[in-house]
Amino acid sequence: MSKEKVVLVACGTAIATSTVVAKAIEEACKEAGIPVRTRQCKAAEVPTLAKEADLIVTTTPVAQDLGVPVIQGLAFLTGIGKDQVLQQIIEELKKD
Amino acid sequence: MGITELLHPEAIVLQMEARNSTQVIEKLGGILNRLGFVKDGFVEATLAREASMPTGLPLGGDVNAAIPHVDIEYVRRPALALATLKKPVVFHNMVEPEEEVPVRLVIMLALDKPKSQIEMLQQVAGILQKPEIVSRLVSAATPEEVFSVLEELEAPA
Repeated sequence: MSKEKVVLVACGTAIATSTVVAKAIEEACKEAGIPVRTRQCKAAEVPTLAKEADLIVTTTPVAQDLGVPVIQGLAFLTGIGKDQVLQQIIEELKKD
Repeated sequence: MGITELLHPEAIVLQMEARNSTQVIEKLGGILNRLGFVKDGFVEATLAREASMPTGLPLGGDVNAAIPHVDIEYVRRPALALATLKKPVVFHNMVEPEEEVPVRLVIMLALDKPKSQIEMLQQVAGILQKPEIVSRLVSAATPEEVFSVLEELEAPA
């Protein structure tokens, strides 16, 4: 059993888009058999919380030099490129 | 609760003639305030958020959308408001704030406990992902038409 990964899900207010994105990630990871925990936050909180995360998925612009991979998650809202983004997330979480 | 339970018929404004996104947000926010769903200050806070962190979503088709919303502290009871625009107004792209997105569908979200409103949020995302639904909403002439499109969406497949 691999270690539970933490995905920081960021959006402007931590209430709307990150809720949708977090749910989609949880469902996809469950299906892929990857133990994952999501934590929602506002974009402004990302720099502080980044060190506790294995991956950041965001729907608003955040700094890229956080030492943690950042993936754009807007696809979960618009559906455009959703499969690729999911794939990217799962590959990132499969890494040790 | 799903979209149709959270969308008040009076909070639907169809074929609105607006010059800019501010007018749309003022109109929808004003209605939600009058109906008692949001507190005073909701409109101002939503406008401020839109200016710093925009909510325009390019949908890849003919019609784009925006989902203005703000912190839960301004919300009394969860609700949605929906506007369709006769002519597109400019919102800015959520991901690329410099980029302008011409928008004809605006769904304003007033949320208090997002975890319990996940069903509605997923339905909103579901709408945005279906160009055919977006275009039917944008061409709807009456609130009843809007509801019938949304009810179809909510009905179990």
